Amino acid sequence: MTDIHHTAPDDLLMGYATGALPQAFDLVIATHVSLSLDARARLESFEAIGGVVLEGLDSTPVAEDSLERTFAMIENAARDDIPAPSFGTFPTPLRTLVGGDESAVRWRSLGGGVKQCVVHSDAHGTARLLLIPAGRAMPSHSHNGTEMTLVLKGAFRDEGGRFARGDLEVADTEVDHQPIAEPGEDCICLVATDARLKFRGLLPRLAQPFFGI
Amino acid sequence: MTTSQNPEPQWVSQMAAVAQDQDRSAFAELFRYFAPRVKAFLIKSGADRSLAEECMQDVMATVWRKAHLYDPSRASVATWIFTIARNRKIDLLRRYARPEPEDLPWGPEQAPAPADVIALQQDSARLADALDKLPAKQRELIQQAYFGDLTHSEIAAATGLPLGTIKSRIRLALERLRHSMT
Repeated sequence: MTDIHHTAPDDLLMGYATGALPQAFDLVIATHVSLSLDARARLESFEAIGGVVLEGLDSTPVAEDSLERTFAMIENAARDDIPAPSFGTFPTPLRTLVGGDESAVRWRSLGGGVKQCVVHSDAHGTARLLLIPAGRAMPSHSHNGTEMTLVLKGAFRDEGGRFARGDLEVADTEVDHQPIAEPGEDCICLVATDARLKFRGLLPRLAQPFFGI
Repeated sequence: MTTSQNPEPQWVSQMAAVAQDQDRSAFAELFRYFAPRVKAFLIKSGADRSLAEECMQDVMATVWRKAHLYDPSRASVATWIFTIARNRKIDLLRRYARPEPEDLPWGPEQAPAPADVIALQQDSARLADALDKLPAKQRELIQQAYFGDLTHSEIAAATGLPLGTIKSRIRLALERLRHSMT
């Protein structure tokens, strides 16, 4: 965890705390929080409100054998491991989804050395990894809805400033921006977008139901 | 909404008994207090009674399994159980696992100072009082947000909450944890 200069705004952290965000945004927030102490402190304070809300609820009677059944579940369950510190480029939530670190990504070329890999897509949003070669500019783009860009490696600059590992840029409706990767190191970002505009074409693919966790 | 006597330190010691000694009677006490509230939370969030019961048992079993990962200098027991219930609820609704932030390596060797634990638990009680004193309409809005009833833009309008003290406290606890790791 290094010093992060651009952290998630409160609305997105509270959105994560309450469970209101699309999965693609959940992924970016969980990954960002893994890298930013400040974002984690703010997220956990929004979760503290959830604790107050939970404690303030009137009790709902539980089944008579509820405790026995829970003990029966416990009998068969191993305790969770103490998590080990993670290494590499991808924090755990992203690495879990990708199935490995940087080397496990199956990149697809977008031309000009820029590559991408879609890691999650559903009716509410898309998350993809983006690789911009050192010194290269992304094509200028604008968007409806929200776009979240989290830097994982290298750094880029755009109208919003300089963004390095752990920094999160949130661009809202009709922002026109052109990120340029800094020279020296390729820049890898995790980018999540609302489905509202450009990703409508992905919807039919997602009509199939998801089962299992 | 809250009782005049704050029961929190008691729950912290119950959690420690579960974590260190697999103490079933301490767990039963936690269960009697939290299980009916977790079930109420799940029903408020849209689950029917049988799903809420099943899901609640799962949440409480997770409390047992993860008890040794609970850090009382960063969260009240209620907050920690809330996060487990929320994650389980979302997993059920979406039918796939929700991405969660990387856990910080946390174990007995990083045990927090008792003073930090008391301070955090007191801040949690103050937060409860502060929320209790909000106008009824705003308080209801916050509850709805945590039941998953608000959209993202409605939440954006509700973020101005009295979080300053607890946020600084959690931040300090995280700094301490980071230093113990390096």
